[in-house]
Amino acid sequence: MKKVPVQMTVNGEERAEFVDSGTTLLKFLRDKIGDLTPKAGCLQGTCGTCTVLVDGEPRLACITLVEDCRDGTIETIAGLSADGKLHPLQQALLDHFAAQCGFCTPGMLMAAKALLDANPHPDRADVEDALSGNICRCTGYEPIIRAVLSVSSSDACRDTAERGAV
Amino acid sequence: MTIAYQTFSDPQAASRFLAERREARLLGGGTILVRRVNEGDISIGTYVRLLGPELRQIDVADDMVRLGAGVTMSTIAKAPALAFLAPVARSIGGPAVRSAATVGGNLFARSPHGDFGVALLVLDAVVSLESLEGFRELDLQTFFKSRTQLARGSIVTAVRFRRPMPDDFRFVKISRVKPNGAAVLSIAAVVSRTEGRVSAARVAFGAMAKTPVRAHALEAALTGAALTPHEIERAVASAVLDTSPSSDAIASEWYRKAVLPVHLRRLLWT
Repeated sequence: MKKVPVQMTVNGEERAEFVDSGTTLLKFLRDKIGDLTPKAGCLQGTCGTCTVLVDGEPRLACITLVEDCRDGTIETIAGLSADGKLHPLQQALLDHFAAQCGFCTPGMLMAAKALLDANPHPDRADVEDALSGNICRCTGYEPIIRAVLSVSSSDACRDTAERGAV
Repeated sequence: MTIAYQTFSDPQAASRFLAERREARLLGGGTILVRRVNEGDISIGTYVRLLGPELRQIDVADDMVRLGAGVTMSTIAKAPALAFLAPVARSIGGPAVRSAATVGGNLFARSPHGDFGVALLVLDAVVSLESLEGFRELDLQTFFKSRTQLARGSIVTAVRFRRPMPDDFRFVKISRVKPNGAAVLSIAAVVSRTEGRVSAARVAFGAMAKTPVRAHALEAALTGAALTPHEIERAVASAVLDTSPSSDAIASEWYRKAVLPVHLRRLLWT
C-alpha cells in the first residue's frame, strides 16, 4: 500500500513524514521521528503511559491515528524541558520521589501538564481526576499527587501556563 | 498489517462503503476499534472516518438537545447547556479517554461499559441512523435491542432528547477503581415529583444486562409512590427483575444484583 503524507507540529517543530496508513500516533512518535518519551505500555488505551497532548488535550497515542492528527500541535515529554532546565513538573516529581521504575512517568507528566495548562490551581480532587487514566504500579500514587499539587500552589505554575503554548 | 484509512463527507457514501467491505469499520474515538487492531484483530482492514461539522455539533433549541455522534465526552463535560450530563461524561474513563470517546461510539460499547448510553436511554433519546435504506430515526430502547442486528453499513450520526427538569435527573456510577474505573453498575434516573409523590419515573441501568436497559417494573412501582424510605424500599425490591448482569473481572452477577438495590435506594433518597 502506498504511504501517506502527514504534517504536524511536534514540540514546536514542523514535521512532515510519509507513513503507512493506519499508523498510530505512538508508533509515529517513537519509530518515525525517534521520540521515545511516550511509552508503549498496554497498547489498549488503559494504562495511560502513552499520554501526549494533541492541541492541548490529553490523548492516548497508542489508540490515536496519526492521520487524525494532521495539522495538529503535539506535545511530548521531549519538549517539556527548555535550555537544559527541567520543567517545574519534572522537578517536582524528582523532589517528591514520585518516580521509581519510571514507566508511568511520561504519561503522568503529560496528564498533569494538561491539567495545569487548563487549571493552574487544581485541588486534590482535580489532580486525582486528571491522573485517573494513568496507572502506576510502584509509588501508590500519593507522591505523584503531592508533586503535582506542589507545582499548583507555587509560582512555578505560572511558568507552566506561560510555557504551555508551544 | 497496514490498515487503510478512508474519509467521507457524505454519510450515504460512507454507508455504502461500509456495507460493501466486510473489513471496513467506522471510527469514532478509537478507544474500541484501534484497541482491537492493536490486540491483533485481523478482520479490521480499513478505518472509515466520517467528516462533517454537524457530527461534532451540540444543538440546543428550547429544551430539545441534539448531539452529533462525534461529540466527545470532554466536550459534553464542558458544555454549559448540558451541565446535568457533565457527571455522566466525567465518569467515562480518564481525561485522555474523554478527549477521544464519542457519543456514537459509547452506544456500541460492550457492557460493563457504555455509561453515557445509560443516561441517553433514561432521557428517551432517539438515534439518527444512516444506512443503505436512507435516513431513519430509532428510539434508543429499540436500538439497543437490535444493536447486533443492524444492517451492514448502518451509521449513527446523532442522538436527540428532551432536556429534563433541572432537579429530576440523577446519575451514579459505581466502580471498584476510583475514580473513573469501569462500572460495577450505573444508574440513571429521571424522577418527577409533585407534592411528595413521584409523578413520573424513568430508570435505566448500566452493566446489569448485555446493553443499557430500562427498569420497567421499578418505574411502575415508583410511579405514585410517596418519597418515604418505606415506599422507596418497597419499589426498589422490584429493581433486579429487569436485570441479567454478567460476571466479569469487575464484579460477579451475584454481587451486581446484591448491591443494585442499595445504590438505587441511596440515589432515590437524596
